Amino acid sequence: MIISVASGKGGTGKTTVATNLAYTLGTGVQVLDCDVEEPNAHLFLKPNIEQNESVYTIVPEIHKYRCSFCRKCAEICRFRAIAVMNEVILTFPELCHSCGGCFAVCPENAVAEKGRELGMIEKGRAGDLDFVHGRLRVGEAMSPPLIKRVRSYTREELITIIDAPPGTSCPVIAAMKGADYVLMVTEPTPFGLNDLKLAVEAVKLLNIPCGLVINRSDMGDRRVTDYAEQENIAVLMEIPFERRIAEAYSKGRLIVEVLPGWKEKFLELYRCIEKQINSGNLR
Amino acid sequence: MMNELVIVSGKGGTGKTSITAAFAALATNMVLCDADVDAADLHLLMAPDTRQHHSFEGGWIAVINEDRCTECGTCREMCRFNAINASYVINNIDCEGCGVCVDFCPEGAIDFPVKTCGEWYLSDTRFGPMVHARLGIAEENSGRLVTLVRQEAKILAEEKNLDLIITDGPPGVGCPVIASIGGAAGVVIVAEPTVSGLHDMKRVAQLAGHFKVPAMVCVNKYNLNSDQTEAIEKIAQEMNITNLGRIPFDPVFTGSMIQGKTIVEHANGSDTVIAVKDIWEKIINRY
Repeated sequence: MIISVASGKGGTGKTTVATNLAYTLGTGVQVLDCDVEEPNAHLFLKPNIEQNESVYTIVPEIHKYRCSFCRKCAEICRFRAIAVMNEVILTFPELCHSCGGCFAVCPENAVAEKGRELGMIEKGRAGDLDFVHGRLRVGEAMSPPLIKRVRSYTREELITIIDAPPGTSCPVIAAMKGADYVLMVTEPTPFGLNDLKLAVEAVKLLNIPCGLVINRSDMGDRRVTDYAEQENIAVLMEIPFERRIAEAYSKGRLIVEVLPGWKEKFLELYRCIEKQINSGNLR
Repeated sequence: MMNELVIVSGKGGTGKTSITAAFAALATNMVLCDADVDAADLHLLMAPDTRQHHSFEGGWIAVINEDRCTECGTCREMCRFNAINASYVINNIDCEGCGVCVDFCPEGAIDFPVKTCGEWYLSDTRFGPMVHARLGIAEENSGRLVTLVRQEAKILAEEKNLDLIITDGPPGVGCPVIASIGGAAGVVIVAEPTVSGLHDMKRVAQLAGHFKVPAMVCVNKYNLNSDQTEAIEKIAQEMNITNLGRIPFDPVFTGSMIQGKTIVEHANGSDTVIAVKDIWEKIINRY
């Protein structure tokens, strides 16, 4: 079972919910931190990293001695990653989306495959948990291929908890697509509500069942609750603002470590998710 | 001379947008730009009066024409994004808009219309003109839309003879952030004193260094954890980043958001606003 924890707005508590839920469930769970631009789950779960690998995407390298400057590669590239001017050919690997068009179109076999490093994947264990995260290379623009690679470590026999990036565009889609459930985390503020609405649109597009956790539930107004009611989205958990929780977070500690009473609440959260998935209700 | 300042954070939710809005209230001769096109929130504090709507054509999308398709399999073999299913229907979410299938289809059976990926707006606000946008849900090319809103902000500033652009940046360090900071006069990193805030601030500071944009940092909610605040300031010093100051944790941020106001309007005279004003003074004295 794959549960993707997403939010729209950043800083609402995705990582808090994902890590506390995973830690509470313990055995038989894996955490995939797909917020590869700013992965944070490891700061709370403190995994022992046992393996790492660099991830590359394929970009063109021109063998100039073979090139006839026919411009076909530059013409097929919609991302402007190749430019030909008279007898000069330039590639801009950072713009390349690795579609493979240039390799296929070149009549001289002058375009070779070269790697561009997207980042790193690290894999290990945190207590009973399986842990994998991606770390986008600073300066690299494209996170979705790295997110997909992190997700390739999904083990079907486990409960997979994905920590998704913020937003509603391609990286979030890469972290939610194919999940059995999207758990949305928001805060009851106008920013939280605005971005939640966008995230809900994305989840609807993917046709995945979803539910809501409201974090810092006492710092804002009622509009998020009203919206959830109106959209028929179940509010599965509310976490009030508590200085002890905020301080624990600031130090990289889990809520369930400093306030063990929360374990039961996270277990109940999981039971609600399971029930909703089994009932086949989208919301 | 015109300067553009971009507010970033690495980690989301550290207070970028609230602080950008406060800067806008304090600044003069300024154009405001929201480059967080993916989950834009600045308009919620600015109540923009939109003068122009434009659609953003961010790419193309491949569509198989059933009548001409012979199901030869070429497109499915060549698509590196696995966007074409066994019934020869292209999944819009997976299609990257690369056009490889279009060019290689032996029957010319694949159309490639331009895709509208979002909208962008020119608006007036009580603090000055504003350029903002909305990327369509699940769309690609947020970087291109960011580049576009920044260009439009620049054109507007030149037209109106305004010498400052304040840009609210997106979280993270990927495509839209790279598009937000390139060529800017400076980035202001809004960090929070948590292990995540510190971790993410370092990465976005490295990114600014990578693109040679001078960085400054302020710590928001500093009193949630003084040790982490000091750690951020120390790292900033080591990385040659200007420390601008500290802003306390203050529910006034939430309160002003609910009122649709900046903290400068909502809580003028408070210690928090004094701290933000002090930071703003330090920034503009550099430019």
